[in-house]
Amino acid sequence: MRNLLNITDLSTGEIDELIALAEDIIAHPETYQDVCRRKKLATLFFEPSTRTRLSFEAAMLDLGGSVLGFSEAQSSSAAKGETVGDTVRVVCGYADIIAMRHPKEGAPFAAVQVASKPVINAGDGGHNHPTQTLTDLLTIHRERGAFRDFTIGFCGDLKFGRTVHSLVSALARYTGIRFVFISPEELRLPRYIVDNTLKRNNLPYIETTSLESAIPDLDVLYMTRVQRERFFNEADYIRLKDTYILDCDKLERAKPDLCILHPLPRVNEIAVEVDEDPRAKYFEQAANGKFIRMALIMKLLELSV
Amino acid sequence: MKIDSIQNGIVLDHIKAGRSMEIYKLLGLDRLDCSVAIIKNARSTQMGKKDIIKIADRIDLNLDVLGFVDPGITVDIIEDGKLVQKKHVQLPEKLVNVLKCKNPRCITSSEPHLRSMFVLTDREKRVYSCAYCDTRYHR
Repeated sequence: MRNLLNITDLSTGEIDELIALAEDIIAHPETYQDVCRRKKLATLFFEPSTRTRLSFEAAMLDLGGSVLGFSEAQSSSAAKGETVGDTVRVVCGYADIIAMRHPKEGAPFAAVQVASKPVINAGDGGHNHPTQTLTDLLTIHRERGAFRDFTIGFCGDLKFGRTVHSLVSALARYTGIRFVFISPEELRLPRYIVDNTLKRNNLPYIETTSLESAIPDLDVLYMTRVQRERFFNEADYIRLKDTYILDCDKLERAKPDLCILHPLPRVNEIAVEVDEDPRAKYFEQAANGKFIRMALIMKLLELSV
Repeated sequence: MKIDSIQNGIVLDHIKAGRSMEIYKLLGLDRLDCSVAIIKNARSTQMGKKDIIKIADRIDLNLDVLGFVDPGITVDIIEDGKLVQKKHVQLPEKLVNVLKCKNPRCITSSEPHLRSMFVLTDREKRVYSCAYCDTRYHR
């Protein structure tokens, strides 16, 4: 039985297969509409989410399956003090596959120790968010055609931004990709990712605090939100939240085929005026999330058409 | 200084000087009823000085703990006053219920009944990472 806790649980070959399957689902959705008939997905969301939860639910419904679950810890037995392990063990009696989001890092690892059904990590605190990464990879693949020969910039909260951590780990396994990390000093990429992923693989990367100076070289720009919920200290959040705002002025210096991504939700780090720019791909990215999750559910349930 | 040799038990030898109390705590030797001798800064031709622990009973030892604290330790098994077996320890691939994750955001901090688990992620630098949250622990 397979789980997905971290994007590196999947080989690059498996990621290629998932992307190919998602592309086929996009092209021929009717072929897949009954693949998961009589199967149930449990969405255990101990932390609020819009896109991830709804895209998982839409994915299962479009595969002909059913969905059950909860969307916040307060409406589950976690509010009564139940452990993650006990909740998951119980839910395994009701569902065929579990998508789980939890504010604590490593909660999905605790879940798979006792789960008898596949578990998908739908985000665990500031740690990992592999299905967002699959969504990002599908979008980059659709825009660039392949995972090689481009420069990708990550901008904003690179310290707590789990989407950034997972995407860097995934792209580090391909060759010919250059990395630019744009963040305030306090929100730099964690050193363990720099040491274990970038330096160990001799990947070309630079770290900077200036979006303006970095933007002309980028082929992909991955913007992130500074997340209030990751700070213990509100004053630090207020001080750092408006460090980077992407607007049309800054984009004048960017390449004409730049691909702008954002895991959403955005607050103000991308000005609304940018939405009309053809280089803005973040809403397509959100839509792609449903298709790659359809592919993932099929893979983990070992189903095919 | 003279410490009586043991008839049946275990001698942990070649402990890096100063590490014996850490081993004493991690192995829970304070909970034993038998005699336990800790010899600090014993003279050693190989190491200059070293620590030694003598345990006057054949207890089950967690060799992973010893390998984690100091992979140079040797474990001598004594029977009827004679050395019957000498074991060498090594840096373990996995540590279960030895370390506690210090990351306040880790699930093990809010659910302390969970088994703590660390995996060796950099043998050269002796770095272990929490299996739950990847927080690194330098030995």
